[in-house]
Amino acid sequence: MTMHTLSVLVENKPGVLARVSGLFSRRGFNIDSLAVGETENPDVSRITIVVNAESSPLEQVTKQLNKLVNVLKIVELDPQVSVARELLLVKVRADRSARSQVLETVNLFRARVVDVAPDTLTIEATGTPDKLDALLRDLEAFGIKEMVQSGLVAIGRGSRSITAGPALRAA
Amino acid sequence: MTRPTPETLAHTARRARAAADPTLDVDQAATRPATPAAPAVRPAAATPISGAGSLVRSLEALEVDVVFGIPGGAILPAYDPLYDSTVRHILVRHEQGAGHAATGYAQATGKVGVCIATSGPGATNLVTPIADAYMDSVAMVAITGQVASPSIGTDAFQEADIQGITLPITKHNFLVQNAEEIPRVLAEAFHLASSGRPGPVLVDIPKDVLQASTTFSWPPTLDLPGYRPTLHPHGKQIREAARLMAAARRPVLYVGGGVLKAGATDGLRRLAELTGIPVVTTLMALGAFPDSHQQHLGMPGMHGTVAAVYGLQKADLIVALGARFDDRVTGKLDSFAPDAAVVHADIDPAEIGKNRHVDVPIVGDAKHVIDELITAVTAERSAGRTADLGDWWTQLNDLRNRYPLGYDEPVDGTLSPQYVIKRLGEIVGPDAIFVAGVGQHQMWASQFISYEKPYTWLNSGGLGTMGYAVPAAMGAKVGKPDTVVWAVDGDGCFQMTNQELATCALEGIPVKIAVINNGNLGMVRQWQTLFYNERYSNTELGTHKHRIPDFVKLAEALGCVGLRCESADDVDKTIAAAMEINDAPVVIDFVVGKDAMVWPMVAAGTSNDEIMFARGVRPVFDEDDI
Repeated sequence: MTMHTLSVLVENKPGVLARVSGLFSRRGFNIDSLAVGETENPDVSRITIVVNAESSPLEQVTKQLNKLVNVLKIVELDPQVSVARELLLVKVRADRSARSQVLETVNLFRARVVDVAPDTLTIEATGTPDKLDALLRDLEAFGIKEMVQSGLVAIGRGSRSITAGPALRAA
Repeated sequence: MTRPTPETLAHTARRARAAADPTLDVDQAATRPATPAAPAVRPAAATPISGAGSLVRSLEALEVDVVFGIPGGAILPAYDPLYDSTVRHILVRHEQGAGHAATGYAQATGKVGVCIATSGPGATNLVTPIADAYMDSVAMVAITGQVASPSIGTDAFQEADIQGITLPITKHNFLVQNAEEIPRVLAEAFHLASSGRPGPVLVDIPKDVLQASTTFSWPPTLDLPGYRPTLHPHGKQIREAARLMAAARRPVLYVGGGVLKAGATDGLRRLAELTGIPVVTTLMALGAFPDSHQQHLGMPGMHGTVAAVYGLQKADLIVALGARFDDRVTGKLDSFAPDAAVVHADIDPAEIGKNRHVDVPIVGDAKHVIDELITAVTAERSAGRTADLGDWWTQLNDLRNRYPLGYDEPVDGTLSPQYVIKRLGEIVGPDAIFVAGVGQHQMWASQFISYEKPYTWLNSGGLGTMGYAVPAAMGAKVGKPDTVVWAVDGDGCFQMTNQELATCALEGIPVKIAVINNGNLGMVRQWQTLFYNERYSNTELGTHKHRIPDFVKLAEALGCVGLRCESADDVDKTIAAAMEINDAPVVIDFVVGKDAMVWPMVAAGTSNDEIMFARGVRPVFDEDDI
């Protein structure tokens, strides 16, 4: 099984996310990560889906996705030629004795402290899933009290862009 | 021809009133041409109207002549303008009947079938026929009332999230947000339902949207940027397919329901006769190629003919046209047609390669695909490239002769269900429409009635919905009033939906129902006989033992003529008597033996190589022949 990142452009209408996520579950796929947001065109949203699947069932689910009337375009992003990022917020135990060591880790990973309390620090970090995993491994020693992670967002490298095409460009 | 009933008279009177009174909002009634024009060419300038009025005007503009439904609280505003409309509303007895009637209407006429229900239970009662239409790719539009927008999400009285419920079983669905959208959404729904791979589309309209003031203008502009079905196949793929067809020594044309949907049956016949390739037609495609044609091997699959099953199994090339390699056809998938290269043409790209590896994928409408294949194959032939199919035909003809469809008379002297169905087909003839329920009677009706013309066989293939036959026959008869429509139903199926016979009797829809009454859930009983040591758990219905219900009395109570036939000697004259009655629905209770079984059979989950010709009889098959 391999991870695939699908960039799905959809019409920005109520219920579209349910159509997309429902299709994955009823065709027997587990979504690893999912992120939705508006694009440069407010009528179009982009859903970035990371899914763990063999290529032939993935082709089937992509074809089924393409049949959804609200789906405009699907592109599989090749990790070699795309940039992918996740956002992590993590609350770490950091009393006076541990605080400087935690800050050292924060600096090493070019993360940021976004909230300070007497015995905890809340850290914000962005990066590839690998980098965030490495950061978390390092922070675990101090004690992670709470964490939250966004879905992966990704975009192709270079000047070419994925757009909904002429049908919606005018909108 | 049909008996006028109070309901049909009232409808005629309303139409006349609407035509005479210009203040009524149905100006089309007076000017409607005999031959309907295309929907888009009946423009209407913006006029003030309610959302409900806009809905009904949209249906009129879309050339809808009939809708099947039941009113209720949330949809009630729509029923007021409907009362004066040119659209005929047929009041069914259960929403499931409305849904299957819309399907039967669509399957028989090629037009979009429309059903209407209220919110909550009205809408959820449509779920089964919507799922049925989805599996069989039927062009259906279901319109449901919804609780008023402010109440949505509050568990209001008769609220159900029908949009969410039907997400996996519709081609698309809509929850209308405001009344201005109604004409556009209706036009989009009809376009989606009937174009590309057809399918059911649901339009859910909150009550306040139906009551809101709006304007109606026509035609609306469709806004479907993500919907672009591919109709024309790729020329390179067509040429490659033609090359394989010209070279194959053991080719088979595997024809599915898509060929009927595309109206490609004439082309199919030309292609088959041009190439001499054997044809198999699936359960959904019966009638797409004449059963009596010399090149027709029959139906493939679980209860297909030996020749059709082995033909596919031993083929070196399968050309699939509008078929989907369903499990009932392939049997155990990894042993299906092991030596065959596959050309798969379908309008739905997701079907191609879904179940079976494909060598030449072709995305396109079956009509265009077949027309272009004819051109390409003709080019191959004029270049002198043809294969000799003589040996292949010798083998297939030998199989056909050794293993024809047949049945044994029951040893207990009871009436044979196969005999009844065979005689029905012979007496009624190939111009009638036959509609089956689901089970043994469905398989026998597929095997022992000869389908010579397209759109004369309707059944629930994909979902296997017991109870389909009576309401679907009703819908077919409404769509084709001059055609004789017979439902072939089982006693189990018939008890699920027979209340629609009351609708048929009152609305002047003289369908004919042959109940193949074996007193049991016959197909389930057959499996218990074969796979559960004859332990008949809960398959006895008591329709023989206790004659509950008495189908003749039931028919009469529902306003139909009831007839009964219990011996072979009476079969012909009972059918003839039913054919004489054209002013009321007729039900014949054919009391048949309970031990008859459907053969041939490929048991579920086994390979097509394991086909059984009869119980304990494997076809003798010389491997050297093939």
